Formats: sequence, C-alpha cells, structure tokens
Amino acid sequence: MKRWALACIAVAGVLCCAVLLVWALGVRDPADLSAGSAQAAASPQQLAQGAYLARAGNCMACHTRRGGDPYAGGRPIATPFGTVFTSNLTPDGATGLGHWSAADFWRAMHHGRSRDGRLLLPAFPYTSFTQVTREDSDALFVYLRSLPAVAQPNPPHALRWPYGSQWALAIWRALYFRPGTFEPQPGRSAPWNRGAYLVRGLGHCNACHASRNALGASGDALDLEGGQIPMQGWYAPSLLRVNEAGVADWNAVEVLQLLQTGVSPRGSALGPMAEVVLHSTQHLAREDLLAMTAYLQALPVAAYRVTEEGKAPARSSEAGTRLYGRHCADCHGENGVGVAGAYPALAGNRAVRMTNAANLVQVVLRGGFAPATAGNPRPFGMPPFQIVLTDSEVAAVLTHIRSAWGNRAGEVTELDVARLRGGAPR
Amino acid sequence: MLPCATCHGKEGRAAPDGYYPRIAGKPAGYLLNQLRNFRDGRRHYGLMVAMVDPLSDTYLQEIANHFAALELPYAAPLPAQTGRAELLRGEALVRQGDAARQLPACVACHGSRLTGMLPHVPGLLGLPRDYLNSQLGAWKTGQRRAHAPDCMAQVVRRLSDDDISAITGWLAAQAVPADARPVPAPAVRPASLGAFSCGSAPELGAAAP
Repeated sequence: MKRWALACIAVAGVLCCAVLLVWALGVRDPADLSAGSAQAAASPQQLAQGAYLARAGNCMACHTRRGGDPYAGGRPIATPFGTVFTSNLTPDGATGLGHWSAADFWRAMHHGRSRDGRLLLPAFPYTSFTQVTREDSDALFVYLRSLPAVAQPNPPHALRWPYGSQWALAIWRALYFRPGTFEPQPGRSAPWNRGAYLVRGLGHCNACHASRNALGASGDALDLEGGQIPMQGWYAPSLLRVNEAGVADWNAVEVLQLLQTGVSPRGSALGPMAEVVLHSTQHLAREDLLAMTAYLQALPVAAYRVTEEGKAPARSSEAGTRLYGRHCADCHGENGVGVAGAYPALAGNRAVRMTNAANLVQVVLRGGFAPATAGNPRPFGMPPFQIVLTDSEVAAVLTHIRSAWGNRAGEVTELDVARLRGGAPR
Repeated sequence: MLPCATCHGKEGRAAPDGYYPRIAGKPAGYLLNQLRNFRDGRRHYGLMVAMVDPLSDTYLQEIANHFAALELPYAAPLPAQTGRAELLRGEALVRQGDAARQLPACVACHGSRLTGMLPHVPGLLGLPRDYLNSQLGAWKTGQRRAHAPDCMAQVVRRLSDDDISAITGWLAAQAVPADARPVPAPAVRPASLGAFSCGSAPELGAAAP
C-alpha cells in the first residue's frame, strides 16, 4: 500500500477517535429523565425550599432584565465571546418553562442541556449546578412553576462564530465539563459539608472567584483562587489567600456579618459582591451562612503574592500626597485610619494592599455603596471621582495610599486607570 | 449624601454652567422615581446606575426625602443665549402650549411658576440648558423613559428640534423664584392635558373615557 494511503487512514482514524471522544464526553447524555419527586403534588415545604434555594443560587439576578418581570429573563450578559441573553424561567408555555417537566429541569441543571436536548451555554453555570441534588432541583422547579407566567420571548444570543454552535459547545464540554454529584466527606463536619455543597453548587462562587482560560473555562469547583471577572473590570479576590479575600484568619462571626449585612469590621462587599449580598446571601439562614463560613475558613491557605510581575513597588509622589489631602483625608483621615463603622481605614487595609488594584480603581472612579441590607440599611457611600480626577491623578493618589502608613503594594499606573475608565460600568 | 454632592453640588445645588441637574427642593416622589428609573433601566447613566444598584427602595426614599426637604436660594441664571424671537416663542410654548398641535403647556403640569407640582412633577428652572436639551432629546429617542404610560414621551414626540431649542433657551434664562417650592397637585385635572395620562404621576389622573 502506498505511503499516502496509510497516512490518510491514520488521519481518518485520529479524526474518528476525536469525534467519538467529543461525542462521549460532550454530547452523550446519560440523564435520568424519570419523573422525580416534583410530579407529585408540590407541598408547601417544597415550595418554600425552592424559593429559598433560588435565593441561594441568586437565579433572579441574571434571569431578570433591569426593570423587567422577575425571572422572565432577557438580561444581556457581556462575555468575551459576545452577548448572551438569559432565558425566561417563568411557566409561560410559549416563551418560558411552561412545557418543561421536573426531569427536563434536572437535565438542564445537572447536564447543561435544554428540554430539546440542545447543549446549553456555560454562561449558565451548570458546571457548578451539576453538584445540586435532584431533590433541590425539583424544589427549585416547583418554585419556578409557582411564579406568574410572563410571555417574554428570549432574545437570540449575539455570540461571534463559532462560540454559540452546538459542535463548539460539544468540544468545550468534552474539555471542561463532567456531570458531578456532591459527595459528602465523612471525615468533615456536617456544617463543612453543607457549606461545601452551597459554595460549590448553587452558590456558584467560582463563577467569579476563579480565573478563566482563553475559552472561558474555570478550574474545578475547588478552584477559588480568584480572577478577573470577564467584561466587568472587577477582580474577584482569591478565597485561598489571607491577603486577598481568604477568611482563614477571620473570626467566624465577621464572615457571617459580611455575608449577612455586607459590612464587617474586616471589610465590606462592594461592586459585584454587593449585589450577591443584596440579592442572595443576606436572605440565607444563619446556619447556612455559618456552614459556608466553616467551609471557607477551612480552605487550604495559599501563599502570599505581593506585587504583580513587572510592577514597581509603590512610591508616593508629591502629587499623590497632595491629592490625598484634598480629596480623601476628610473621611479616611490624614493617617489613613478612617472612622470605625463609617469610613474604612486605608492603613493596613488588604483591599488597598492587594496585588491586583482593579477594584481600587473602580471604587475611586465610580464610587459605590455597600449593599443596603436589613442589617445595614443605610450604607455609607464613597463618592465617584471619575469626573473630578484625571487618570494620572487617580494613579498618583492610589500609588500614594498603597505606599503610605506601612502599606507595601505595587504602583498603580496611568494605563491601569485608563483601561478601566474605558470599560462601561455595568 | 456625600457621593451625590460630587456632581450635584454641595447640598444638591448644581452650578448653572454644568451638565448635572440640581436635585435640592425637587419633589420627593419625582426624585425617588428617577433613582428607581436608573436602577430599572428607564434612565441610563453609568455613574448613577452603579451607585443605586445595591440600595433598597427604603434607602432611596430617604435619600429623595432629604434632598426634597432642602430649600436653597439659587444663583442668577446665565444670560439668554438665544435671540428675542426665539425666546418669545419658547415662552409661549411653555405658558400656553399649542392647542392646534394638542400640545399642553409646560405650566399645566410643572406648576404656574414652573417650580414643580407635588409629589411627582419636577420644577424646570435652575437647570443648565445642556441638561434640559439632552433630557428632551433623550425622551425623543426613547433613551430616557418614565413609568408607562409615559406622558412626557408623548409630549416630546410632538416637539420639533426648534421647539426644544426655544423652550430650553427660555427656561434656562429664567431666575428661580424666591419661593421655589413645588405647588400642591390640582384638585381638578387640567383640561389642557387632553388625552395624556402619566404613569409617573398618577395624581394627574387618567383622561376621561
């Protein structure tokens, strides 16, 4: 046989294997489509549990457009691959989940597939939701069925080729998705296991608190190493590092406070996390928040990162000092000590000293409030300085606070600020 | 309230040469509606949206009440930038509207002294002309909206660009009266409102069937 013929057979064989592998890992669907428990008449307890779980998963935040009907979808989610529109979860027949069964819903949560078998976009975090139990999925479905039906067609996604195509999704799933089931660890406490289930599953914390690769995939559910939130210009700090958002060295009550009220003596929730506290965690039961705390405090602690590669240590300038005195010192104090309960101290503040300065730039440019919660109904707000300070002034004042009063962090450059000023706030 | 002052001036009194509107002394219902409009996507300005997003209705109401309760003297307006004929035309549209085009007068809803009407209709004086122009323009393109039915959008759609220019030119040149408080809502619905009804100001009533 000729050599080229052998080569052809070899290439064809490799291709066949690749297609089979993608089919086996990305397309094949071993979903259990049995009726489940939701087919029986829903009990009030199941309904209440579903409503609670919808809070825990913060489903409404994405599945509601601004000013729109709750859960009717249509909210644009910007991604590096184009814009995804969330879907209508209300029980409308033509445009929502009206014709879905509990098994269809379970398949979406557990396998990331739609009722008609289409592969769903992983912007819907089924990589986390696959950990959710069938019982919880059924309760969620019962709750969604109880909502008023809203006839609101799902806008078509605006994704660049080939990202929305089924074959691209099949390959993505073959590479990055395996259906999983949460397995409690017998060696761990009940609160730790409950916390792990909530953080890795419905809470989908690693949708933000993990870095994503070029194809938008984050590591497994254990990866909470922190990462840049795509398209938003905010950095979700690492939950493994005590100099970022790790809580291993916090008092458990302080973690509880942060999740329940949005503020704590050790730090406050701003930006995307403020919305998580506002819509989700403040509504969760104390036991569940303490369980999440137990899990977060027991995460392995990763080593310190001090300055980003290529960044010089911050050195204060005359301009930075002057700007601080004029714009910041009234609230944060000449010596960066702040006022407890109102204006955070900047000296020794880990949000100020964090390697990645994106959130600092965001807060100075756009200002912002911690969430208004039942436990902190009148949060103090930071004024926005977008129209007051130039890029170089923002860089100078941030470099100043990152080097003053014992703070030792990297400089903030004019370019860092310019990049984030250009991005539209959400 | 400190974050508000960055743009809206100390005590909510913006400078007449800026783009940002005054908020002091505007009716609380109007201010609350605007804060909710930013949150709910009926008005679009990134800085406002980012600030109101994490806040509750209760807190927004308190913020609105705070600024509504302020009574502040106003700086004299900048001299008129428009010619006399255009000023007269602007004043006529503001005070009388144009019955032939079923265009109600501004004063029908915004009060005879244009200081607004309780509790939902804002005053129109003491605002920079750039701000007035951009708001009317945004209503015309659908960029700014109020609660449906959006009476202001219906009114603005009947205005030409020249009408808008004449109206804002005259409004921006008027001094804010010493008593800048909004007037109470009328007991009887103003007849000149014709078929308009306002989702943002239900007290103005719906048109008779």
